[in-house]
Amino acid sequence: MKPGSTARERRKMVKVDGRDEGKSLIRVRGLDKTYRRGGQVIHVLQGLNLDVSEGEFVAFMGPSGSGKTTLLNLLGGLDLPSSGSITVAGDEISRLSGPRLSRWRARHVGFIFQMYNLMPVLTAYQNVELPLLLTRLTRAQRRRHVETALDLVGLSERRRHYPRQLSGGQEQRVAIARALVADPTFLLCDEPTGDLDRRSADEVMDLLWTLSREYGKTVLMVTHDPRAAERAGVVLHLEKGALVESGAP
Amino acid sequence: MKYVHLIWANIRRKKVRTLLTVGSFAVALFLFGLLATIQTAFNQGVEVAGVDRLVVRNNVSLIMPLPYSYKERLLQIPGVRDVTFASWFGGYYQDPKNFFPQLASEKETWLKIYPEYKVPPKEWADFLADREGCIIGRTTAEKYGFKVGDRVPIVASIFGGVWEFNVCGIYDGTRTEDDTTQFWFRSDYLEERRTWGKGQVGWYVVRVDNPDDAPAVAEAIDNRFSNSSWETKSETEKAFAAGFVKQVGNIQLLIMVIGSVVFFTLLLVTGNTMALSIRERTGELAVMKTLGFSDRSILWFVLAESQAYAVIGGALGLAGVKLFTLGGDPTGGFLPLFYLAPSRMLLGLMLAMAVGALSGLLPALTARRLRIVEALRRI
Repeated sequence: MKPGSTARERRKMVKVDGRDEGKSLIRVRGLDKTYRRGGQVIHVLQGLNLDVSEGEFVAFMGPSGSGKTTLLNLLGGLDLPSSGSITVAGDEISRLSGPRLSRWRARHVGFIFQMYNLMPVLTAYQNVELPLLLTRLTRAQRRRHVETALDLVGLSERRRHYPRQLSGGQEQRVAIARALVADPTFLLCDEPTGDLDRRSADEVMDLLWTLSREYGKTVLMVTHDPRAAERAGVVLHLEKGALVESGAP
Repeated sequence: MKYVHLIWANIRRKKVRTLLTVGSFAVALFLFGLLATIQTAFNQGVEVAGVDRLVVRNNVSLIMPLPYSYKERLLQIPGVRDVTFASWFGGYYQDPKNFFPQLASEKETWLKIYPEYKVPPKEWADFLADREGCIIGRTTAEKYGFKVGDRVPIVASIFGGVWEFNVCGIYDGTRTEDDTTQFWFRSDYLEERRTWGKGQVGWYVVRVDNPDDAPAVAEAIDNRFSNSSWETKSETEKAFAAGFVKQVGNIQLLIMVIGSVVFFTLLLVTGNTMALSIRERTGELAVMKTLGFSDRSILWFVLAESQAYAVIGGALGLAGVKLFTLGGDPTGGFLPLFYLAPSRMLLGLMLAMAVGALSGLLPALTARRLRIVEALRRI
């Protein structure tokens, strides 16, 4: 993760029409997701297309039940599509399963949840270190990475604190540090400010914006909050199982 | 090793529950260790029995004597190398609860038959020279503070009166399992002072030339004295010791039943604890999977956690038994070899780990099968 102006200079692109032939980081084609509930088939996503190039900050909006979180789960390899394909950095993840999918997630995705989802029995340091335990880094190397990530979110002083000793905003910043520490290909944020007060929410959004703008990190965020969505480069709306671009805010 | 802190953190999560689970293992393993110690103590004679020794006793009962004259006749039977004899004295020191086995043995042949016992030559020579001399096992000597040169009064329950003995020496066993609680004195002293039963001995111990021939020699001995007034029953020392244990009851079965019930209960208790613990952490396990921990690694985490309970609790329980047995025989002489063998400790630990693995298996499989999306929805 190197800060600089390269991210801003790169040609940026987010498309939802499925016509892009360029080398986008994330390419989704004809994505369908259906659920069965009591004999009824519910189509959550229908023929969804998406192309996102590296360094983009995309916000997904839409009413409850529109499939935002489902889309995020599919992009993060947490769920499998009913049909269609998802390709990330050349890997078609819709074809991966089991341990290969786990390894892919560890390598490529940083998750940030609405409820932070930190391990309550681990300190901030240990929580951030968690993804690195899956790598071959030595203890000293892990320590350097964790310290860098905690510095980045401004919580170096709180490394020994447990989640219950932190405010909501601080917990979310630890969660962001955990998502960043292994330098994933992209970040997936599910309502990252949904449980925060305005000030903490702004701090978190500033951080995500910096990660995208200064460090060229690709960020895909689901949100209900228009103020949070304003910080994204592109806002997409989910309507009837498909994405509609509403342009840069 | 890099995951140890994760397992440890989860163990410390609910301290009371951890304490109770570890405590369950500790109590179960303490009970197991105690039962194993008792079983070892009962079977001690069987374990250390000489393969080349036969015990020849009265066919009617062990408490019935045999004539002294049988010694020479036994030596004439083919396959017999040496013969010694002993008589049960059945006394006590000062108080009936101060019991230890006293044997009136034949001084010339005793150590030939029992080479596993060692007495310093000088002390043995003093014993041979002193009609009122005695040799005491290290355990009994240390328990009652007997030293070489002491004069020890023994109340003779069977023969009557108080008999005094001069402590000539202390014997040791060459193996851990050897019984060092006995008190030996000279059979000629018994013969001299006893007012009844003269010319009789309690039992003979025969050493055979070849252990393989032991059954045939035993049969020859019993045939030799059949249809006499003093018929014999000869058997290997191992069979004799096993028969002695059986008189008390089927200790092995009793221990097996108690042990099985305890471990089964432990399995249910720990299984329930683990299941509860995993159910509470569904969300956290889902997050770990989200971060890239594989299904298999989650399974191992849960199993490692249940193993940790088992190993910590098991080790505590076994350590408790070890400490308890260091105090020696709590029965006042009924179980002279009261100690927890390392092999039994290892077995106990393995049993605890097996229970840990079994109790953790179902929750571990549940955690392994956990679907991330469904689990995250429940947070």
